[in-house]
Amino acid sequence: MSQTNIGDDEVDIVIGALHADLTSFLNEWRPLFSRFHLIIVKDPDLREELKIPEGFNLHVYTKSDIDRVVGSSYTAINFSGYSCRYFGYLMSRKKYIFSVDDDCIPAKDDKGLSVDAVDQHITNLATPATPFFFNTLYDPFRKGTDFVRGYPFSLRSGVTCALSCGLWLNLADHDAPTQALKPGHRNSRYVDAVLTVPARALMPVSGVNIAFNRELAGPALFPGLRLAAEGKLRWETVEDIWCGLCVKVVCDHLGLGVKTGLPYVWRNDRGNAIESLKKEWEGVKLMEEVVPFFQSVRLSQAAVTTEDCMLEIVALVKERLATLDPVFARAAQAMADWIKLWKAVGSGSGSSRPSNG
Amino acid sequence: MAGTPATPLLKDELDIVIPTIRNLDFLEMWRPFFQQYHLIIVQDGDPSKTIRVPDGFDYELYNRNDINRILGPKASCISFKDSACRCFGYLVSKKKYIYTIDDDCFVAKDPSGKDINALEQHIKNLLAPSTPFFFNTLYDPYRDGADFVRGYPFSLREGVPTAVSHGLWLNIPDYDAPTQLVKPRERNTRYVDAVMTIPKGTLFPMCGMNLGFNRELIGPAMYFGLMGDGQPIGRYDDMWAGWCTKIICDHMGLGIKTGLPYIWHSKASNPFVNLKKEYKGIYWQEELIPFFQSVILPKECTTVQKCYIELSKQVRAKLGKVDEYFIKLADAMVTWIEAWDELNPSGASAEVRNGPAK
Repeated sequence: MSQTNIGDDEVDIVIGALHADLTSFLNEWRPLFSRFHLIIVKDPDLREELKIPEGFNLHVYTKSDIDRVVGSSYTAINFSGYSCRYFGYLMSRKKYIFSVDDDCIPAKDDKGLSVDAVDQHITNLATPATPFFFNTLYDPFRKGTDFVRGYPFSLRSGVTCALSCGLWLNLADHDAPTQALKPGHRNSRYVDAVLTVPARALMPVSGVNIAFNRELAGPALFPGLRLAAEGKLRWETVEDIWCGLCVKVVCDHLGLGVKTGLPYVWRNDRGNAIESLKKEWEGVKLMEEVVPFFQSVRLSQAAVTTEDCMLEIVALVKERLATLDPVFARAAQAMADWIKLWKAVGSGSGSSRPSNG
Repeated sequence: MAGTPATPLLKDELDIVIPTIRNLDFLEMWRPFFQQYHLIIVQDGDPSKTIRVPDGFDYELYNRNDINRILGPKASCISFKDSACRCFGYLVSKKKYIYTIDDDCFVAKDPSGKDINALEQHIKNLLAPSTPFFFNTLYDPYRDGADFVRGYPFSLREGVPTAVSHGLWLNIPDYDAPTQLVKPRERNTRYVDAVMTIPKGTLFPMCGMNLGFNRELIGPAMYFGLMGDGQPIGRYDDMWAGWCTKIICDHMGLGIKTGLPYIWHSKASNPFVNLKKEYKGIYWQEELIPFFQSVILPKECTTVQKCYIELSKQVRAKLGKVDEYFIKLADAMVTWIEAWDELNPSGASAEVRNGPAK
């Protein structure tokens, strides 16, 4: 498998606007964003008009668009807050999507050079992933490195990368208890690596800085696990963690890859972890059930597309988690609704399981 | 923020094992970091040659005659004319931790230009827990300046004991012969400032050039196989040990870390010589990997030795068909455990308190 060439016209940049004034955010990203098409989705809870600077090729979706497209048939899906971006994923017609929170700006690397996060994500998605055996020099397709001695040759062509998870300098994506315990803690370590998360290894995917192959991962990225007191700070959500676990389980089953590491973005200081502790506690408790559940999910041979896999996961959520907490029953319903919605509105028919090799 | 406590030296609890066939000049560069530790030198090749150890080091040295004398007939499990002989050093050590390094590995510099104390980093890695059950996207959460990310279950944050610390190399990368032939000039110049736990269920290629481990936890699994003189294969010693060790660590609920520290690997071995040694391995590993990926160790295997003996049975049964070398290797694996138990009679490998992990 050789490197895929990804053109600018195959990428959508989807931004969930939780803040009305996107002027400084978009101006910071302008050098990296200006050649791409942008989709801005306004948080339906936001009252003020969006302020967007000139010079971008973009489309804005607001509450009225969401209401029009989704209507009243999919009542379990709630696009408010961080989940508004999923509407953008639904409406996009591009093959690849990059999404970043609106409180992040481009970072500088350890040599002081500006990081082109979009370019790095595209490279991650365009080069194969290697989930079946761990390469100790990390991503073997990066310039200046390769597979190490002892890496089986039959595994060196790799598989398609469906999801690229980036990281954050300054305010890292910790939960509220962790950040509250160390209020001054900031991430200043630039780790110059991209690596494939091995098959069957699960991880917490942060929605703050991600990119994905829309056709392969789209049906698995949706507003599912909504906390009762979900708020407008990442500390007060776990919806992206839930999606990430779905995506990883699906990728493992379909023989697709997930990468993590570069690129970094700079995440601005925002919010008060101690105040968020009360709301976030529910999310922390739920993880204790969520993680073992996903670790135990086994999908059938009949599931050959992402949608197929998601429907099986829905059934398992209903069977094993729904009775533990109503939040899971709602998540299952949201997942089922999302797959219907994706089929009805989202373009592309999802992936078939690629041939092994 | 509280000050970081200094890393303990562990100078009476750690042996440095060095296989050599040439000389130990490289130790001069390591003196500031190694001098306080006891060295076990395993001299490969012609035992009548004298290997000079630089002054001021506390060491014991074993050549082939010593190995034969100490092990008697069991010496057959220790390779000759291959750095795999280093595992003899693990056998005779009486310490809790081992650090092993090749004699063409030197002190590297970090991006700030400072000399890297590789041993200190390995000790840090071994003393801090591992997290094999869920991948932390900010890598080792116990490192200074890092932590668990949002979504990481609190019940998994205690981690498990770390059995192995696998370090990396700047300059000459550890490539196989075909890759070396295609990219003779490639050098590893990328300093990746991370340590991470290799997830449970994932195999990796373990390189023995810069390796630390907890001998009490995993020592008996660190057999480096039959390589070199009289054997059909070479340069797969550490690979073999790594696959066995990872399977057993996964079964016993122990962790393996990889990443920092870096050493500077100075010598590129001859790729044509390497190709001859590795040739069979390149084909065999296509059978070996599915074998290791499908190994199931029964619950009754509650010690590393029991796991290893069970593994040797499965090697004999399933890999014996690939080549009769694996029957010899299975025999050697049993001999190794016999030798281990003989030289370490107090049952140095502890049973895991609650039995093996699921």
